[in-house]
Formats: sequence, structure tokens, C-alpha cells
Amino acid sequence: MNWDYIYQVIPQFYRAALMTLSLSVWGVVLSLIVGLGIALLVTYKIKGFTKLAKGYIELSRNTPLLIQLFFLYYGLPKIGIKLDGFTCGVIALVFLGASYMAESFRAGLQAIPKGQIEAAKALGLNKKQQFIYVVFPQAWAIALPSIGANILFLIKETSVVSAVAVAELMFVTRDVIGMDYKTNEALFLLLMSYLIILLPISLYVRYLENRMRRAKYGV
Amino acid sequence: MGFDWLFEGANATRLLYGLWLTIKISFISVGLSLVLGTLFGLLMTHHSRFIRFLCRLYLETIRIVPILVWLFVLYFGLSIWTGIHISGEWICIWVFVLWGTGEMGDLVRGSIASIERHQTESARALGLTRWQIFRYIEIPQGLRRVLPGAINLFTRMIKTSSLAALIGVIEVIKVGQQIIENSLFNSPYISLSVYGFIFILYFICCYPLSLWASRLEKKWEN
Repeated sequence: MNWDYIYQVIPQFYRAALMTLSLSVWGVVLSLIVGLGIALLVTYKIKGFTKLAKGYIELSRNTPLLIQLFFLYYGLPKIGIKLDGFTCGVIALVFLGASYMAESFRAGLQAIPKGQIEAAKALGLNKKQQFIYVVFPQAWAIALPSIGANILFLIKETSVVSAVAVAELMFVTRDVIGMDYKTNEALFLLLMSYLIILLPISLYVRYLENRMRRAKYGV
Repeated sequence: MGFDWLFEGANATRLLYGLWLTIKISFISVGLSLVLGTLFGLLMTHHSRFIRFLCRLYLETIRIVPILVWLFVLYFGLSIWTGIHISGEWICIWVFVLWGTGEMGDLVRGSIASIERHQTESARALGLTRWQIFRYIEIPQGLRRVLPGAINLFTRMIKTSSLAALIGVIEVIKVGQQIIENSLFNSPYISLSVYGFIFILYFICCYPLSLWASRLEKKWEN
């Protein structure tokens, strides 16, 4: 291991890690918003939408991110839609992530006992208030561990976005290996960067899961 | 756009061959993961805390790093550290088996843990040996709980095998890219339809499996 070389390329990896993070933040935040929207439309059975949403969820869960990316990045410009790698990455991540998030939110929303809504109704809360003060906070708490797992999954999936020339961690690693043949150093930095990003989130998700389990079973 | 390219030369057979490679990688990986994962899952329920800790450590290490990173680390790393060059195809199978063993093990552990304790206790009260409890109580019930998750793991493996293209395995995506390169001058729209076609191919492979998994899940809910 050549430590001098490692010091020399750390700034490069730092920039790449920021790129990975920014892809992740965009992907996660938009997936959460879109996913919640889909879950709401499905749970409250908006006419004609349920089938569409189910179709989308199946399509997104049963196809690889890589081919979704290639379709966006190499396919769409042929019909005049030109997007840069980063935008393609975010769109593909949201296409993939929103279906996972929607399933988590749906499970959370469905877990709310009917009595809660009836009680809220009895208190004179209107539909919007019922949702904001009674349904959503509880559904969110129930869905949180699974949302956490999805976030972790999406951050890991950003590595695939390297395939459309976005200079994130995976891409820079390939670059460093290709340019200087410093395979050991590059792989070491790659693993370290992912650990630094993912370990805290993973520990927090584990903590949430345990807390949920305690709340459910009291153990 | 059109799909004329599919019938030109050997394009269709080549694509199918690429798809076959994708499926072969997934099948071998799943087969090995099922066996090793079950053993690993049993090990995860071991009464020794130290063994359980080691299993957990293995699972978390595999889980926390993206699969693409594992593919890269083994593909480039192994040849440098050991001097042995292993083909991308086999690296994929190795990585998938390491990953699948951990995930399958966790499914098996979860399903064994979810079998109510009174079941094994009553079995013991009836005078069944540890092996009989395992054979007649834990396996039949555990299998039902593991199967939907295992099928889902299988679809995830088929999907993830697409990453093999990034370490140079000539699977379905790579073949698609070659077809695009060959006929880019004749038909400029080809990348749209080739990638669209592969998108559908993957869906056709994965969707029946995930449908099956959710059917089983519903059927065995109680």
C-alpha cells in the first residue's frame, strides 16, 4: 500500500464521495415524495390510478437499475430528450426508489387501526386534519425502519450510476485504477468511503428496527 | 424505431445467449446460496454467542458494501493479490454466492426464530429428539416462511446480474451494446429499441417470479 499516493488522491475521492452523497440526497428525497404520493393515491383508492400505480411498481421492481439508466442516457437522446448523467441518475434512482418507498408507506398507512380514524372523526376533525394529526404521524413511525432500509439500498445503488459517466466513487475508482494502476490503494479508498457513508446510517436503521420491535413486543 | 435489428444476422440468438448467461449466473448462484445459506442460517441460531456474533459480522460486512463494489474489489483485487486471473463470470458467481449465503441465512434465521417456542417445547414434551424436532416441526414450517423471501432473492440476483456487464462479462446488456455499435450508422434510433427490448426481457424473467412469491406469501399468511 502506497500511503503517499493515497494522500494524493484523497481530494479526488472526497469530491467523488460528495457526488455520491448528492446523488443519494436527490434520489432519496424525491423518492420519498413520489413514493408517499403513490401510497396515498393507492390507499385512498383514487379511481383508475391503482392499476397504473401497481403496474409501475412491478415494472420498477422487476428491472435492473443499469438498464433503466442506459435507456435514459443512451436511448432518449435519439428522440430528442438529452439529459446529463447526473439527471439520468437521479431520475433512474427515483424510478427505482419511489416504488420501494410507496410500498413502505402503504404498509404503514394500512397498519393504522380503523378505530383511530373513527375516533378522530368523532372529535370533529376533518379529512385533512385526520391525516395530518392522526394517520400520518403513526404511519410514518411504523414505516420508518423500512424506509431506512430503502434509503440504505438507494445509496448503495448510486454506485451503478457510475456507468453513465457520473464522477461518483465507483467511477473515480475505475479512473484511478485505469490511469495509475494503483489497484490496492483505489479499492481501499473505495471501501473506506462507502463505510464512512453507510455505517452510521446502517447503525441508525438497526436502532430504529430494535426500537420498533420493542414497541411492538415489549422485549 | 422498430425491431428489425432483432432479425438481422444472428442478433436474436446472440441476445438470447446473453440472456442465458445472465440466467445461468443467477441459477448457479441461487443454487449454491440456497444450500450454503441454509447452513449459515442454522449457524446463526447457534447457542454460542461468539458464533452468532461472527455470523452477524459476516452478514453486515457483505450487506453494507454495494454489490458492484464487491464485484470490483474481487475482480481487480484477486488478480493482484493472488496473481490468479478469474473470469468475470466466475467473479460474479462468487460475489453472488457470498451475498446470497448471507441474505438466505438471515431469512432462514428469521423463519426459525419466528416459529413459536411452545411448538418446540411441546415437541420436546412429546419426547421428540432434537433432530426429530428439526425434521418434523422446524423444516416444514420454516420452509413456508423462507420460500417467498428466497424467491425474491432470486429475482434480485437476476436483476443484479446485469452488473456483470460492467466487469466485462458478455451477458445480455453487453450483447445489446455490441448490436448497437454494429448498426448505429444504418439505424440511428437503435439504442432506444435495443435497451427497451432488454428492459422488457428482464421484466419477463423477473415478474413471474415476484408474482409467485407474493402469491405464496398471501397463501401462507396464516
